[in-house]
Amino acid sequence: MINFILLIFLAAVTLGIVGLRNLFAIVVLSGGYSFVMATLLIVMDAVDVGMTEAAVGAGVSTVLLLSALHLTSTETGPSKHSNLLPLALVILIGAALIYGTWDLPMYGDPETPVHRHVGPYYLENSVRQTTIPNVVTSVLASYRGYDTLGETAVIFTAGIGVMMLLRGRRKKSDAGGAGQGD
Amino acid sequence: MTDLLNQLNESLGHVNHWITIFLILAGLYIVVAKSNMIKKLVGLSIFQTSVYLLYISPGKIVGGTVPIISEGYAVYSNPLPHVLILTAIVVGVATLALGLAIVVRIKEAYGTIEEDNIYAQDWD
Amino acid sequence: MKRNLILRVLAKILIPTLLLFALYVQMHGDFGPGGGFQAGVIAAAGIVLYSLIFGLQETQKAVPPLLVEIGVPLGVLIYAGVGVVTWILGGNFLEYGVLDSHDSAHGQHLGVMLVEMGVLVTVFSTMIAIFYTFVGRGR
Repeated sequence: MINFILLIFLAAVTLGIVGLRNLFAIVVLSGGYSFVMATLLIVMDAVDVGMTEAAVGAGVSTVLLLSALHLTSTETGPSKHSNLLPLALVILIGAALIYGTWDLPMYGDPETPVHRHVGPYYLENSVRQTTIPNVVTSVLASYRGYDTLGETAVIFTAGIGVMMLLRGRRKKSDAGGAGQGD
Repeated sequence: MTDLLNQLNESLGHVNHWITIFLILAGLYIVVAKSNMIKKLVGLSIFQTSVYLLYISPGKIVGGTVPIISEGYAVYSNPLPHVLILTAIVVGVATLALGLAIVVRIKEAYGTIEEDNIYAQDWD
Repeated sequence: MKRNLILRVLAKILIPTLLLFALYVQMHGDFGPGGGFQAGVIAAAGIVLYSLIFGLQETQKAVPPLLVEIGVPLGVLIYAGVGVVTWILGGNFLEYGVLDSHDSAHGQHLGVMLVEMGVLVTVFSTMIAIFYTFVGRGR
């Protein structure tokens, strides 16, 4: 039941983001969206993911968007082309996807193919093989540790990418001659 | 009465998937139709978060609990989607940071972040 | 914002709590929800709050940009370094079992702790570096 209420809330916040034009309001709403998403994830028993989504989505994402807004502008201009073609495309894709969900298994069913093979193997053998009760941490760092090395490399690349793009003391009033600041 | 409840329960079983599809469509619509670059980035992040819902809702088992092995619990939700989505969240914030850095450079080079104005400046 | 009394008092209560909570989440990632990513982001949020209240100059005295720049690749090096050490000790890449020659499960626990430490260092440094870069632009 609370699942249902949170999902409706999420859809309402998204409708707000689609319709608004003031960028500051959109950024605040996107912080609220991340917060509702984190609560929903915790209701669905994904506590690690909910904690990460709350810290990253409602924390770091909002700070980054606000600092980018400070460096650019806070209002969107009026839209200059018609929105009919994108709307039609989106409705077509939506119809195809909803047609696809009729065959999916029910929410919370323990007999689905997802819960065969690998999931029960990790749940049974994690404490015996790695002495770590939190199965998500043991899978992330030990059983699938190579993927986590790749993920750390992705964060590292994003850090250097941002530093390379925005280093240097460019004043905002200095238009033209882009690229001299590196 | 039980018939109606059964039917309601059957259709409610898919509410997760329908709201996920609605979020996918909303994110896609913002990216394709709106012309402000920062709004497009917010739409892209909505698109990414809808995929988290898509992965984690099949992993939940009704009557199960958090996948941390402890005394007294026998049924746990599937931990594998949690691991995949942890990586996806962090990759999402990395993409957002780089996208915002590029938008700041575009603003300094063109003076505007509306896509229509940038096309007009490039093709006139 | 540092002349505002309420914000200063709240910041002095919240920032140490945030940093301690980040350390707690990192260390108890084995027994409850948590781990390297969550801890790195929470600690970075504490430093960002410090910079919002007390200004960028004060924050750069507390967490120097050079330290942050060194931290960004250091975490990846620690992670890959654990893999190379297990290579040298005779196992496969990132096979933590060989880190402790008597008890393979204890070696796994040690490996996971070292690896999460590396992830914490990189995530914390990257979030602070991105924040410093965005705020330092156009000054």
